[in-house]
Amino acid sequence: MTETSRLFLGRIALYAALAAWAAFYLAPLAVMLLTSVKTLDDIRTGTLLSWPAALTLEPWLKAWSGACTGIRCEGLAPFMWNSVLITLPAVAISTAIGALNGYVLSKWRFRGSELFFGALLLGCFLPFQVLLIPMAQTLKALGLANTVSGLVLVHVICGLASTTLFFRNYYVGVPDELIRAAKLDGAGFFTIFWRILLPVSTPIIVVCVIWQFTQIWNDFLFGVVYSGLDTQPVTVALNNLVNTSTGVKEYNVDMAAALIAALPTLLVYVLAGKHFVRGLTAGAVKG
Amino acid sequence: MATVMARASGAEHARRDRLQAWLPRLVLAPSVAITLVFVYGFIGWTAALSFTSSKLLPSWNFVGFEQYLKLAENERWLVAAQNLLIFGGLFIAVCLAIGVLLAVLLDQKIRAEGALRAIYLYPMALSFIVTGTAWKWILNPGLGLQKLVQDLGFTGFTFDWLVNPDKAVYTLVIAAVWQASGFVMAMFLAGLRGVDPALIKAAQLDGASLPRIYWRIVLPCLRPVLFSALMILSHIAIKSFDLVAALTGGGPGFATDLPATFMYAHAFTRGQMALGSASAVLMLGAVLAVAVPFLYSELRSKRHD
Amino acid sequence: MKAPKRLLLAAALAAATGAAGAAEVEVLHFWTSGGEARAAATLKAMLEQQGHIWRDFAVAGGGGESAMTVLKSRAVSGNPPSAAQIKGPAIQEWGELGFLDSIDEVAVKDGWSMLLPEVVAELMKVDGHYVAAPVNVHRVNWVWANAEVFGKLGLQPPTTWDEFFAVADKLKAAGITPLAHGGQSWQDATVFEAVAIGQGGVDFYRKALVELDDATLRGPAMVQALKTFKRLKTYMDPDRANRDWNVATGMVINGKAGMQIMGDWAKGEFASAGQKAGTDYLCFPAPGAAAFTLNVDSFAMFKLRAPAQRPAQLALARLIMAPPFQEAFSLAKGSIPARSDVSLDTFDDCAKRSRKDFDAAAQSGALLPSMAHGIATRSDVQGAFFDVLTQFFNDDAISAEQAADKLAKAVKAAR
Repeated sequence: MTETSRLFLGRIALYAALAAWAAFYLAPLAVMLLTSVKTLDDIRTGTLLSWPAALTLEPWLKAWSGACTGIRCEGLAPFMWNSVLITLPAVAISTAIGALNGYVLSKWRFRGSELFFGALLLGCFLPFQVLLIPMAQTLKALGLANTVSGLVLVHVICGLASTTLFFRNYYVGVPDELIRAAKLDGAGFFTIFWRILLPVSTPIIVVCVIWQFTQIWNDFLFGVVYSGLDTQPVTVALNNLVNTSTGVKEYNVDMAAALIAALPTLLVYVLAGKHFVRGLTAGAVKG
Repeated sequence: MATVMARASGAEHARRDRLQAWLPRLVLAPSVAITLVFVYGFIGWTAALSFTSSKLLPSWNFVGFEQYLKLAENERWLVAAQNLLIFGGLFIAVCLAIGVLLAVLLDQKIRAEGALRAIYLYPMALSFIVTGTAWKWILNPGLGLQKLVQDLGFTGFTFDWLVNPDKAVYTLVIAAVWQASGFVMAMFLAGLRGVDPALIKAAQLDGASLPRIYWRIVLPCLRPVLFSALMILSHIAIKSFDLVAALTGGGPGFATDLPATFMYAHAFTRGQMALGSASAVLMLGAVLAVAVPFLYSELRSKRHD
Repeated sequence: MKAPKRLLLAAALAAATGAAGAAEVEVLHFWTSGGEARAAATLKAMLEQQGHIWRDFAVAGGGGESAMTVLKSRAVSGNPPSAAQIKGPAIQEWGELGFLDSIDEVAVKDGWSMLLPEVVAELMKVDGHYVAAPVNVHRVNWVWANAEVFGKLGLQPPTTWDEFFAVADKLKAAGITPLAHGGQSWQDATVFEAVAIGQGGVDFYRKALVELDDATLRGPAMVQALKTFKRLKTYMDPDRANRDWNVATGMVINGKAGMQIMGDWAKGEFASAGQKAGTDYLCFPAPGAAAFTLNVDSFAMFKLRAPAQRPAQLALARLIMAPPFQEAFSLAKGSIPARSDVSLDTFDDCAKRSRKDFDAAAQSGALLPSMAHGIATRSDVQGAFFDVLTQFFNDDAISAEQAADKLAKAVKAAR
C-alpha cells in the first residue's frame, strides 16, 4: 500500500470515528426533537427514532403558553424572564469577583493566599444539598429570604470557586514583567487591573460567563427553595410541567418544554462555542 | 526644592505603598469571609447536626455517634457509598479518556472542526434533568435502544442495563459521560493547541511517528489541563443528584443510589435530618481525603513554577 | 386635631380592607398535571369568589418530595406558607413542632366530626384540635383489569390470592402480561400492602404496618406475605424498572397487560383514553380480606405571620370541606369525597363501590391507612419500609425470612 493511500485510509478512519462520536452526542437531541413534534398516540405506538406519522407543532405551543405548571396554565413563557433576572446579575457579579480574586491570587500573592485558594477549591466538593437549611436560616437573618437578591447571592457564593479558578489560571499566563513594569511606572492595584489585565481578559471572560450562565440557568434546587412566589425560574416551571404525581403525562409537551428551557444555554454554547475554545486555548486551562 | 518634593512624595509613596499592600487582602477579604461562613461554617453546622437526633427539622438534642452507627448498618448507605466509587471513578476515567481521544482526533486539521466541536460540546449546555430524562427513554429496554435494534432485525440484541440491579449504575456513567466528555475535549483541545510547535517540529525531524509524538511529548505537557479537568469532573460527579433522580430514581431498588441522593432523601423527604447530615459528613470526608492531598501536591508544584 | 384625624383615616382604611375581605392565602401544593391542576383551580376560583386571593405555590415532583424540601426551608427561614398539602402523620409531626394553627372555628362550627369518619377526622387533628382540612379519600387497594381481555379468556375478578394466581396463569398462557407494574419503590410498596392485607388480614396489617410491632414484623405472617409478594414478580414484565405508574396503566388500557394493582387515581388514565368503567375496564378490590386502604389528601393550616390573612385561611378550610369542591375535586381525581354526605350520583360505578366499601369498612373496623402513601406511618419509617421492600423485590438472593428480619431492624433504626 502506498504512503498516500495509507494516509487516505487514515483520514477516512479519522472522519468515520469523528462521525460516529457525533452520532452518539446527537442521538438524544434527535430523540427529544422527534418526540416533541409527534402526537401522543404516535408516541404510544411508535419507537424512539420513528418518524412522526403526523408532524405537529402543538406541543411546542402548549409548552410555551398553555401547559400547566401548577394552577397557572400559562406554560413556560412567564418564567423565562424570571430566569433572566436571576441569571444575568449572578453571572455578572460572580465573574467580576472571580476576576478580581484571580488577579490577586496570581499577581499579588501574599502569605496565606495559596492556602485560601486551596480552601476555596475544596468547597467545590461540597454537595449543594448540605447548604439548603443553613442557607435558608442565613438568608432569613439577612432579610433576603425568598427574594431575587437572595437567590443571586446564593448563586454568587456557589460560583466563587469556579470563577476564581478560571481567572487565576488565566492570569498566571500573563507575564509578570508587565506587572512589574507597570508598578515601576507608579501604577496602583486597580490601575494595573484595568489597564493591563482586563484588556486581554476577553477569552477567559467568555469562558467564565458561558460556564456560569449554564450552571445558574440550569439550576433547579436553589431556584425552587429560595425564589419568591412570583420570581420562580424556568427550571421550576419545567419541573412542575414534567413531573406529575398522579396525572397524565404528555411526553411530547415535556420534551418541547425541556428544549425551550434549554434554548438559551444551547444558543450560548453554539454561538459562543468558538470563543469558548479560544478562551480555553489562551490559557484558561494552563496551570 | 527637589529634595523637599522628593521627601514629600516619599512619604506619599510610603502611604500609598501601605494601601497598595493592603488592597489585595481587602479585595480578597469578601471571598474569604464568604468561604469561611458559607462553606466551612455550613459544613460545621452540618457536622454538628449529625450528632443530634434531628428528624423533620433541626433540633439540638445531642446523641453522640448514634447516627453514624445507624449508617454503618444501613444497607442502602453502603450501596450508595460503593456506587460513588464506581460511578465517580468510571465517570472521571472515561471522560478523560474520551476527552483526550477526541481532542487528539480533532487536532488533526479537520475540515468541519467548528461544527464537530459544537456537536461535542452542546450536551454540557443541558441540565442534568433534561439529560436524565432523555437517556431514561433511550436506555429503556421496551421503548428505547433495545427495541429499536430488535425492530431493525437483530432480535437477539439486549441492552437492559437500566433494569438490571447489577448493571444499572453503569447507565449513570453513560449518561454523565455523554454530558461532560465534550467539555473535557474542549479543554484538552485548547491545551493541545497551546503546546509549543517547536517541540513537535523537532520530534518530527527526528523521525518520530505521529502517535509517538503525542504519547511522549504532547500529552505530558497537558498536566495542568488534567488538573483543571479533574477538578471540574469531580465537581460534576459529586453534584450528580439530578441525573440519578431523573434517570433511574435510585433504582432498581436502590441499586443506583448515590450519597447525594441518599442524603437528600433522608434529610428532606424522610424526616431524618440528622441521619442525612451524618451521611453528608461521611461523603465529604471521603472526598476530602482524596482531594486534599491532590490539591496540596498540585498547588505546591505550581508555586515552584 | 391631626392625630385623631389620622387615627380616623387608619380606622377607615382598616374597615375598608376588612370589609373587602381581601386577605390572601399562600398555598403550597404539588398538583401540577392537567386534571389535578384543573381540579385545584376550582378551589382557587371559589376562594376568589369570596373576595380572597389565592397565591399559588406549586412544586411538582415525586409525590411531594421537592415540595417538602421547600416547605422545610421556608419553615426554617420563618416564612411558611398559609396552607400546605401535607397528609397523614406528617400533619402531627408539623403540629408537634408548633407550626400549625387550629381551625376549630370552622371545623367545630361546621360539624366536621359528624361529616367525617373517625379515622379521617383523627388524621386532621393535633392534640384534639383540627389543623387540617381533608380534600378527598383515595382507595389504594384496587385492581384494574382490561375488560376485553377478561371477557375473551372467560376470567372472573379473583377474590382470593389463589384465584388471583390462577387468573394470572391463564393470562400468562395467553401471552399477556398478567400484572402491569412500575418498578418505583412506592409502587412496590403499594402492591405489597395489598398482599399484606389480603393474605395476612386486617389485624396483621394493623399490627405490622401501623403499630410496627417487632414480633409481627419478623413473624410467619410477614414471611408469607413477602413470599407471595415476591411471587408476583414472575407475573410482571422485565422492563418495569422505574416505569411510571401511568405507563403501566397504559399497558392495561391497550391490552398488553391484564391487571394493575393501583389506587383509584388510575381512573383518570382510563378516562383520558376514553374508556368506561364496567365496559372497557373492570375495577375490583385487591383479593383477600375485605378492607379499604385509604389515602387522604389534605391541606394543613400554618400559623400565620400576618394575622390579617386569617379570614382567607379559614375561608379556604371551609371551602375545602364544602360539598361543591368535594364533589368537583373527586370527580376530577378519581377519588370519593371525604365528606360522607355528598351524593355520588354523578360518579361512576367504581366510585360508588368505593363509597359502599368505605362505609362498610368504617363499620367493621377494616378501614386501614395506607403505608405506601404515607398515612400509616411517619416518613422515616415509611422510607425504611420502602428500602427493604424494594430491595427484596428486586434482588432474588434475599429470602423472605431475611427480608422480614431486615424489615424489623430497619423500622427500629428509623424510629
